[in-house]
Amino acid sequence: MTVDLLLFFIIAISAVATALGMLLSRSAVYSAMFLVMNFGTIAVFYIMLNAPFIAMSQVSVYAGAIMVLFIFVIMLLGTELLPTTKALPWQRPLALVLAMMLAAEAIYLLFFRKATSGQVPQPVESFGSPQQVGQLLFSQYLLPFEITSILLLIAMVGAIVLTKKEKGGQ
Amino acid sequence: MVPVTYYVALSAILFTIGALGVLVRRNPLVIFMSIELMLNAANLAFVVFARLYQNLDGQIFVFFVMTVSAAEVAVGLALIVAIFRSKHSINIDEMNSLKG
Amino acid sequence: MTFFYLAPWIVFLPVIGLLINGFAGQRFNEKVIGTIASLAAGLPFLISVLLAYSLTGHPEVVRWSVGEWIHIGKLQLDWIFRVDTLSVTMMLVVTGVGTLIHIYAIGYMHEDVRIKSDPKRFRRFFVFLNLFIAAMLILVSGDSYLMLFVGWEGVGLCSFLLIGFWYEMDTLGRPSWANSDAAKKAFVANRIGDFGFLIAAFLIFWGFGSLQFDEVFNAVRGISAVNSPLIIAITLFLLLGVAGKSAQIPLYVWLPDAMAGPTPVSALIHAATMVTAGVYLITRSAPLYTAVPAAQFVVAMVGAVTALFAATIAVGQFDIKKVLAYSTISQLGFMVAGVGMGAFGAGMFHLVTHAFFKALLFLSAGSVILGMERGHHLIGHHAVKGNRGAKSSRSTPEGVRTSAGQDAHSEEVFDPGDMRNMGGLRKTMPVTFWLYVIGTLALAGIFPFAGFWSKDEILAAAFSQGYSMVYWLLTIAAFFTAFYMGRQIWMVFFGAPRHEAAAKAEESPRVITVPLIVLAALSVLGGALNLPKALVGEGPAEKLSLWLGNTISIQPGEFIGSVALISTGLALSAILISWLLYGRDPLKAGEADPLKKILGPIFTGMEHKWFVDEGYKALFIDPYTDIARFTANVIDVRFWHDWFHEKVIVGTYNFLANIALDRYVDQRGIDAIVNGVGRWTKDASASVRRLQNGFVRSYALAVLIGVVAMLGYLLFK
Repeated sequence: MTVDLLLFFIIAISAVATALGMLLSRSAVYSAMFLVMNFGTIAVFYIMLNAPFIAMSQVSVYAGAIMVLFIFVIMLLGTELLPTTKALPWQRPLALVLAMMLAAEAIYLLFFRKATSGQVPQPVESFGSPQQVGQLLFSQYLLPFEITSILLLIAMVGAIVLTKKEKGGQ
Repeated sequence: MVPVTYYVALSAILFTIGALGVLVRRNPLVIFMSIELMLNAANLAFVVFARLYQNLDGQIFVFFVMTVSAAEVAVGLALIVAIFRSKHSINIDEMNSLKG
Repeated sequence: MTFFYLAPWIVFLPVIGLLINGFAGQRFNEKVIGTIASLAAGLPFLISVLLAYSLTGHPEVVRWSVGEWIHIGKLQLDWIFRVDTLSVTMMLVVTGVGTLIHIYAIGYMHEDVRIKSDPKRFRRFFVFLNLFIAAMLILVSGDSYLMLFVGWEGVGLCSFLLIGFWYEMDTLGRPSWANSDAAKKAFVANRIGDFGFLIAAFLIFWGFGSLQFDEVFNAVRGISAVNSPLIIAITLFLLLGVAGKSAQIPLYVWLPDAMAGPTPVSALIHAATMVTAGVYLITRSAPLYTAVPAAQFVVAMVGAVTALFAATIAVGQFDIKKVLAYSTISQLGFMVAGVGMGAFGAGMFHLVTHAFFKALLFLSAGSVILGMERGHHLIGHHAVKGNRGAKSSRSTPEGVRTSAGQDAHSEEVFDPGDMRNMGGLRKTMPVTFWLYVIGTLALAGIFPFAGFWSKDEILAAAFSQGYSMVYWLLTIAAFFTAFYMGRQIWMVFFGAPRHEAAAKAEESPRVITVPLIVLAALSVLGGALNLPKALVGEGPAEKLSLWLGNTISIQPGEFIGSVALISTGLALSAILISWLLYGRDPLKAGEADPLKKILGPIFTGMEHKWFVDEGYKALFIDPYTDIARFTANVIDVRFWHDWFHEKVIVGTYNFLANIALDRYVDQRGIDAIVNGVGRWTKDASASVRRLQNGFVRSYALAVLIGVVAMLGYLLFK
C-alpha cells in the first residue's frame, strides 16, 4: 500500500460518505452542505490528478457559486420537511434495485471485463497547468468557448424571464 | 500508483448515488443537487482519462461541463422558484398535471 | 289470259280493309266504314270470279307462292295459294255471300248499335268481319294442312270475337255474362276440335313426312297398303276437328249459343262459311277418306245422326234464331254425311245451296227481329206520352200483351226474337215474308228450289251406295226439317199479333232487303249448278260436279226418281201437318204449343235440347271446375303458398338470414371480432395509460431502466 493508494482510499471514502449523506439527509440544507463537502473532495482528486486549474474552477464555480445559489433558493422556498408520501410505494425499492444493478454492471465492466487497464502514469510537470489549459482553450476550442459565453447570457436572461411576475397580477 | 480502474469505479459509484438521489428524493432542490453530483462523477472520469492519455482535451471538457452546469442550475432554480410561486409546495409528487 | 297472279290479293284486300277501318276509321262515318268493308269483301269476289275464269281454260291446280315460312329439317312449308276448282268454289261462296252480308250488315248494325246504345262499336264489327273474311280465305286457299290450320284458327278467333261482340250484355241487352260465356263456349268447343285436327296433322307429318296436300295425297295409296291404322287414325282425328268446327255430335253445343252474336254474324259465320270449313276439310282430304271405308262409314253415321238429332231439337224451339241454328246443325249433318259417303259432289253442292238459303233465312230473321224492335220502340214512345201507369186509351184486342200495359213498374224484358211474341207479320213486313218463304221452301227441299236438288243428291247417293241406315236417318231428318220450318212460318207470319210490338212492326230498309233479294234469287236458281243428267241431258247437267271433278275424283250425281218422290212427299206432308197444328188455328198470346199436348214429355225434351248442355255440365264442366278449385285453393294456396312457401321457404330463409347468419356469423362472429379488436385496443391503451401518471420520479425511473437495460445488452451481447 503506497501513500498514493492510501490517500486515494481516504479521499474516496469521504467522497462516497458525503454523497450518501447528501442523499439521506432529511433537510435540504444538510444535503447542500454535504454536497459542498463532496465538491471539495472532488477538487482534491483533481489536484491529485494533475488538474490544478480544474480543481480551482471546481471550488470556485461549483462549491462557491452553484451551491450558494442552491442555498439561496432553499432559503427562499422554505426548508420544511416533506411528509412521507403515499404515492408510488413501489418506486423506492425498485429504484434501489436498479441502482444496485447499475453499480454491479459498472463493477463488472471494470473489474471483470478489464475495460480500462494500466496505471495512471506520471505526467509531465506542466501538465494541467493553467497556461496549457488556456493555450488549448483559446486556440483549438475557441468556438465552444465563445458559444458558452452566449449560453451564459441566455441562461441569465432565461432566469430573469422565468421568475418575472405577470403584469396585472394573476 | 493508483490504477485507473479504481478512479473509474469511484466515478461509477458516485454516479449511482446521484441517480438514486434523482429517483428517490422528493425535494426538487435535492434532486437537482443529485444531478450535479452525477455531473461531477462524469467530470472525474474525464480528468482521469485526460491524465491517462496525457491529453488535455479531457480537462477542457470538464471546463465546459462546469460552465454549462452553472447555466443550467441558474435556469433550473429559476424554474423551481416559479413553480413554487404557483403551487406553494416543493413536493415533486404534487407536480403531476401531465398525467394522462 | 289468266289471272292467277291476283290470288294473294283475296287475303291482302280484306286485311287492308280492316287496317284502314281499324286505324283510321274513327273519323269516318258509318257509310264510309261499311263501304270500305264491303269493298274489302267484294273485290276478292271479283278476283275469285277471275280466278274461276282462269281455271276454265286451265283446270289443273295452280300454286302461287307468296313466301317461305318454315324450313326445319324435313318440314318445308311455305305460304302458297292453291288455286284449284275446289278452293275457288269455296272462295266464290265465301266472298259472294260474304259481300252480300257486309252490305246487309251496314243497315243491320246501324240499328243494332242504337238499340244497344253504343254507336261507337259500329267500326269494330266491320274490322272483325274483314278479319274473318281474310282468315276464311286463308283456310280455303291453303296449299297444306298447316296453312289450312292457320285459317282454321283464325276463323275460330273471329267467331269468338263476333259472338261476344256485345260482350257485356246478354241478347236482350241486360248486363250479363251471357254473351261472353257463349263466345267462350264456342272457343272451347272449337279448341277440342282443333286438338283433333292437330293430332291428325302430327300423324300426317309422322306418316307422310310432309303436310303439303299433293305430297300427302300422292302417297296415300302406298302408305295405306302398309299402315292402314295410321290412315284410320288420321281420318278419325280429322273428324273430331270437323265435329268442332262444323258443329257435329258431340261438339255442336256451341252453335245455338252462338246466336248471341248479331244476326249478320250468325248468317255469315254460322251458316254459310265457317261451319262449312269442316265439310271442305273432308272434301279436300278425299284421298285419305276413300282409302279407308271404315272411316267413311263413321263420318257418314256421325253426320246422319247429328242431322236427325238436331232436327228434333229444332221442333221444340221458340226463338227464331235458335230454330235456324239447329237447322244449320242438321243441314251440316247432311253435308258431312254426304262427303262421308264419298259423294263429294253432292256434299259440296249442298254446301253451296245451303249457304244461299240459310244466309237468306238468317238475314230475314234479322230483318224480322229489327222489325219487332222498331215496333217495340214505337210502343215505348206511346207509353211515355200517354198516362203513366194506366192502360193506353186505345182499346187493345183481347189476348194481346203490351209491354207497358199492366203497370209501368213491372215492365217485362222484351225479347224480339221470341216467336211467341210474333204473329201476323205477313201484313206488316211483306217483303221479308216472301223472302222467308222462299228460303223455307229451299230448305225444305221443295221442287224446283235449290235445296231440293242438293238434298236429293245426297239422299240418292245414300240409297244407291247401300248406306241404308244413313238414308233413313236423313230422310226422317228431312221430314222434321220441313215440319219445323213450316211451324216457324205459321207462328211468325200468320195469325194475329201476339204482342203489340208485332202489331207495330215495320218493314226493313232497302239496304237490308236488297241483298236478301239477291240471295233469294240464288236460292231459287241455285239448283242449276248441278242438275242431274237424267233429267236435263248431257249439256247443262252436272256443272258443279264436273268443275270439282278436276280436283277430286267425283262420281256423277244420281237422280233416283223414287227417292225424290219420297222426300218431296214427306216434305209436303210435314208442311201440311204443321199447318194443321199451327196454321189453321193460330196460337194466341200465352197459349202453350199444341205439340206439347200431343207429345208431352218428348216435347219437353225437344224444347230443352235433350238436356245435353246440362249433361255436359254435370259430366265435364262441374268436375273440372271442382278440380280447378281444388288445385287452386288446396294445392296452390293452402299447400304451396301457406305451407310450403310460408313455412319452408320463408322459414328457411328466415333461419338462414336471421338466425344463422345474423346471430351467429354476424353478431357473434364478425361483430365480436371487430368489437373485440376495438375493446382490446381500448383496454390495452387504458392499461398503458397508467404509465403516464404525471410523477417525475416514475419517469426518471423509466429512464434509468432504459439505461440499465441498454448497458446490460451491450455488456452481454
